[in-house]
Amino acid sequence: MRKAIEVDGLTVRYGEVTAVDRLSFDAPAGEVTVLLGPNGAGKTSTLEVLEGYRRPTEGRVRVLGLDPVADGRALRPRIGVMLQQGGVYPGIRAGEAVRLFAAYVDDPLDPDAVLARVGLADRASRPWRQLSGGEQQRLSLALALVSRPEVAFLDEPTAGVDVSGRQLVRAVIRELAADGTCVLLTTHELDEAERLADRVVIIDHGRLVAEGPLPELLQGGADELRFAAQPGLDVAELAVVLGAPVHEREPGEYVVAAAATPQAVAALTAWLAERDVTLGDLRAGRQRLEDVFLRLTERPAP
Amino acid sequence: MSTQAAPWPRTVAAQTKVEVLLTLRRGESLLLTLGIPVVLLAFFSLVDVLPTGVDDPVDFLAPGVLALAVMSTSMVGVGIATGFERQYGVLKRLGATALGRPALLAAKTAAVAVVEAVQVVVLVGVGLALGWDPGSGWGQALGAAVLGTVAFAGLGLLMAGTLRAEMTLAAANGLYLVLLLLGGFVLPIEELPGWLQPVARALPSGALSDLLHAAVGTGASRPEAWLVLGAWAVAAPAAAALTFRWE
Repeated sequence: MRKAIEVDGLTVRYGEVTAVDRLSFDAPAGEVTVLLGPNGAGKTSTLEVLEGYRRPTEGRVRVLGLDPVADGRALRPRIGVMLQQGGVYPGIRAGEAVRLFAAYVDDPLDPDAVLARVGLADRASRPWRQLSGGEQQRLSLALALVSRPEVAFLDEPTAGVDVSGRQLVRAVIRELAADGTCVLLTTHELDEAERLADRVVIIDHGRLVAEGPLPELLQGGADELRFAAQPGLDVAELAVVLGAPVHEREPGEYVVAAAATPQAVAALTAWLAERDVTLGDLRAGRQRLEDVFLRLTERPAP
Repeated sequence: MSTQAAPWPRTVAAQTKVEVLLTLRRGESLLLTLGIPVVLLAFFSLVDVLPTGVDDPVDFLAPGVLALAVMSTSMVGVGIATGFERQYGVLKRLGATALGRPALLAAKTAAVAVVEAVQVVVLVGVGLALGWDPGSGWGQALGAAVLGTVAFAGLGLLMAGTLRAEMTLAAANGLYLVLLLLGGFVLPIEELPGWLQPVARALPSGALSDLLHAAVGTGASRPEAWLVLGAWAVAAPAAAALTFRWE
């Protein structure tokens, strides 16, 4: 599969602060790659290097095989960008904005069709500053895709968008990828990543934590059984019964380092039954992204 | 087959159209660029209370108000609009499109020229209706207006590129008011206190109004004003370019 984005050993420093630390990952054409991490993880800094707004302090990035700064003129017609917020003349009408951005390239999409696609056909003559937050986000998305970009950088595209708006935005993003565009988007919301991503790149404190196709990441750590119950259970004794290490990750949240075999589950529930402990939650096999994320970004207790 | 940037003329035309539309849509900007100059011109031509030093005040006021119109559009209008565009991330966002900075600059320049053309048509019309006798120095007047536009746009961008948008708004309007009084637009510089006159003539406002008064009014010829205005037209944009922060 063609690599549309290559990030190799990227480091971004602002004075003493290291925002991105030796980050490497690729993103292919035709897929949605989600850059996932908590606020301040270095997601926006990474995007800004790829968009050509800032140079890497160290390392190398390529977008469509081009250097975003040195080859900016050749690259800019081929990318679409959605900033985290703003970026549009406050007084411009929605329809005017889409037509203006369409005029920058030689073969844009039909501006009216794009406006309709993001659900703003009836807002065409409304100025930007009179649109709701969610409508502004959808207009920003329209501006990012009206030029038929080969790569789309979307910074928190669903932030501030209501539930129905989110479904629309997700559908548009999926279509964009299905048409062959490489979509790289950021989010700190696990739900959003799980709903949208083909591939996930998890970063924390500017460093790569995990990268890969979503199904692989979700399968990783399958030899684990998690359950919730009252805090302070005797994990040492339980470990002996189950024949596998057990630890209490957070008060009342337990992790057993054993495959979720029927025997293991039966032994666990029997042990809990003997002590009359109610089982709050039992999870095994396919994990949710949230579990992967917490497991990978877990820090030693202070 | 990959997407190409659109041909330059098409991009610049589309961008210019939007810049002009947005300018004309801002009520406060229209008040400043057309309303105030027209009122000053008409009122003080009809009510002869200013010490204009000429028989018919319109012969002093019309060139002065044209100079004022140039300053209001290029310094105040450009400065405030650009300051807010920077604050709202518009300039940042445009920087990632196929538009490019040279085309953006060309469009903004063209938009200023369009707005100034509208101002000239209206103000010259009002002036002539009030009995103004402009003479024949239009070529010189055009040259001075171009230099003045470059100098004042440089000052506006210097503020827009370094200050917060609200500060730019305050500073540009404050400077407008000071220069309105010091610039020889409606009050002859000769009426200022003696020590202030050299200061007023060293500013781009005084130089521009001197040149316009000489070209299409009754003012004395002051060739040194070309040097003063020319120096501002180089220094102000250079300072803006060196200090401009895009975000």
